[in-house]
Amino acid sequence: MVTVNGARYERTVEPRLLLSDFLRNELGLTGTHVGCEHGVCGACTVLLDGEAVRSCLMFAVQADGHAVTTVEGLTDGGGGPLHPLQAAFHEAHGLQCGFCTPGILMTLVPFLRDHPHPDEREIREALSGNLCRCTGYQNIVAAVRLASDGIPTPDR
Amino acid sequence: MESRRQIGERVRRTEDARLLTGRALFVDDVRLDGMLHVAFLRSQHAHARLTGMDATAARARPGVVAVYTAADLGDYWRPGPLLVPPPPIAGLVFNACTQVPLAKEKLRHVGEPIAMVVAESRYLAEDALDDIVVEAEPLPAVVDLEAALAKGAPRVHEHLPSNVAAHAVQRKGDYARAKQRAHTVIKRRFRYDRGASAAIENRAVAAQWDPRAEELTVWDTTQAPIPIRNGLAQLLGLLESQVRVVAPFVGGGFGPKIMMYYPEEVLVPWAAMKLGRPVKWTEDRQENFFATTQERGQIHDAEITLDQSGKILGVRDVFLHDTGAYDPYGLTVPINSQCTLLGPYEIPNYESEFTAVFTNKTIVTPVRGAGRQHGVFVIERLLDFAAKELGIDRAEIRRRNLLRRDQFPFNNEILFQDSAPLTYDSGDYEPALDQALELIDYHRFVREEQPRLRAAGRHVGIGIVCYVEGTGIGPYEGARVTVEPGGRVRLATGVGTQGQGHFTAFAQIVAEVLGVDVADVHVITGDTREFHWGTGTFASRGAVVAGSACQAAALRVREKILELASQELEASKADLVLAGGSVHVRGDPSAGITLGALAVKANPLRGAVRPGTEPGLEATAYFGPDRGSTASGVHAMLVEVR
Ligand code: FES
Ligand code: FES
Repeated sequence: MVTVNGARYERTVEPRLLLSDFLRNELGLTGTHVGCEHGVCGACTVLLDGEAVRSCLMFAVQADGHAVTTVEGLTDGGGGPLHPLQAAFHEAHGLQCGFCTPGILMTLVPFLRDHPHPDEREIREALSGNLCRCTGYQNIVAAVRLASDGIPTPDR
Repeated sequence: MESRRQIGERVRRTEDARLLTGRALFVDDVRLDGMLHVAFLRSQHAHARLTGMDATAARARPGVVAVYTAADLGDYWRPGPLLVPPPPIAGLVFNACTQVPLAKEKLRHVGEPIAMVVAESRYLAEDALDDIVVEAEPLPAVVDLEAALAKGAPRVHEHLPSNVAAHAVQRKGDYARAKQRAHTVIKRRFRYDRGASAAIENRAVAAQWDPRAEELTVWDTTQAPIPIRNGLAQLLGLLESQVRVVAPFVGGGFGPKIMMYYPEEVLVPWAAMKLGRPVKWTEDRQENFFATTQERGQIHDAEITLDQSGKILGVRDVFLHDTGAYDPYGLTVPINSQCTLLGPYEIPNYESEFTAVFTNKTIVTPVRGAGRQHGVFVIERLLDFAAKELGIDRAEIRRRNLLRRDQFPFNNEILFQDSAPLTYDSGDYEPALDQALELIDYHRFVREEQPRLRAAGRHVGIGIVCYVEGTGIGPYEGARVTVEPGGRVRLATGVGTQGQGHFTAFAQIVAEVLGVDVADVHVITGDTREFHWGTGTFASRGAVVAGSACQAAALRVREKILELASQELEASKADLVLAGGSVHVRGDPSAGITLGALAVKANPLRGAVRPGTEPGLEATAYFGPDRGSTASGVHAMLVEVR
């Protein structure tokens, strides 16, 4: 039994099934992406009881009795208004192909909860476990600053 | 109200909402009833003879639906096409050896597919890989470029006399004579290492055959959905219109996703038709490191000759290019290196010779820059060495050699990768150099800052690089623009998107022409059912080529709008203004008609379409440039080495 984005699911699964595959294939929550399946890229990051974890490094059975939040959970199943962090990414052009984005958002949600006003070094440190092959991170950092302090980074 | 400028304005991307909320469709998100999953057995050897294979146990494993080896493919087994035939360079040697869907007698690189397992889940398919028994006799591998050309080296393709994939010489002027006049000659060797582009989304292909409609739908992480459709139709004996290829959101392309056709791309649709069930394969990261194409490996022996003032008299470059185990992309990469070396400089005498070499490594096709950066690296390093030797400031030596604004169009007298002469259409390089120097405060840094830092034991250096980039090459792209009865505009184009912001950029172009809001232009890219003429997203050509097609189609629709509105508003077309989603007579914004209302009038339920007219407010247009356009830039940076 697992709670995902507020809804309870009961399923019988193979012990070896990864949490990432469970979310994507069993529950159809395909907003959680998979980029490496060995804990390097961070694309698969979700919240487990409010903390960021890599869903490719967990078995689905390990989530038994816990609450999982995926990117869909930030907007009430994908249809609600954008979360302020998502809005900041939109405003600051914090994504290009967007494949890394859900994992980055799910990494930053608890980070900003614990560090409401991070400086640039702290932001980069927080992002160091997520790979983005498109943006070069500049605008991701700008988006986090915008979300945390309302500071728009001037266009370069 | 006058129509608002949209191009060049800061707008928010229209694709972001889907990407930010997890709603965007990527290929691996495709899930269909009864879908089967694929895993590939791949070569563990760089070079080996394949002597036997037994898949009996794998086939017997519960949950396994099929196992295919080269022998099971029958007539469907054939080497891939040569994608880009080499340009007509005099004296060219070129040996085409293209990849095969599944290895037959020989394994030529680690990761080359040997067998395909189709099962009820990916987990089961991977389990079955261990059941397949492969007998292979390892052969000495060809890894080093120079060793690959040595006498007696093992041959990647045994029907060829050596590992030479290609040899080409291009010349401009007379280098040998220029060298006789030289004040300074500098010769250096430059190595450029191989690398992988590692898009964060691995490749994936899903396919479904619909026996009722007799249609094949393929979702593919490709940069070129239309050529993939055309190729698959031919391979599978279908009409092109029976095949729909969708490149939905793609998580980064960077070149390797325009390789055609990957073995997996050819096999997954075939299996879906054969088995009558949807089939999907998604690459894992390990596969990505050896089965997705790579780039970069070159060794250059380059020489520059200059006069006393630092003016370049000539350059001679001899280089080796690692093409990997096969060369389906022809000579695109090394020719880009050869051409781009000339950069923004006037180099009156140039001699460039390259040898492309087969090695037992992953196939090489264009990756981010497609070989251009190698040429830039070589000329820029040569200029740095020359500046040092001649005691000239490194920015100054570049400035002295830049082409002047009045020299365009400038013919470099050699052939570019698109077989057209390497002619720069336009350029003005000095202002960019000035601006870059200003941005790093170059002169002050060199005069004051650097000596101070050095004295303090810190090593902060400068990098300055000038370059040109041939972009926007043909053949063509197209677009269809439709004003819908609700007043929103629909734009369909053939190029796919991998993060470039096409949804927004193309919408800006159309919005500006039609006087509507960017958010009201609904863009569809990379779906052959929506638009099936074009080539793809590569060579920085999306905005130039597809963008121009979007503009051309929008202009035609604008003309239709003006025609109809002039009748409705009883005003001459010259007096009409398109703005805010309506048309009105200049000076009288209150009495207008919306584009939606005009779209309804253009498609009446009664009354015939008069001869020579068309229903609706819709147009399709194409744009094909004669040759690529030349972009240019300067990079400048301060780097500390600790
Ligand atoms: S997919 Fe989990 S960290 Fe990369
Ligand atoms: S936006 Fe493409 S990987 Fe981050």
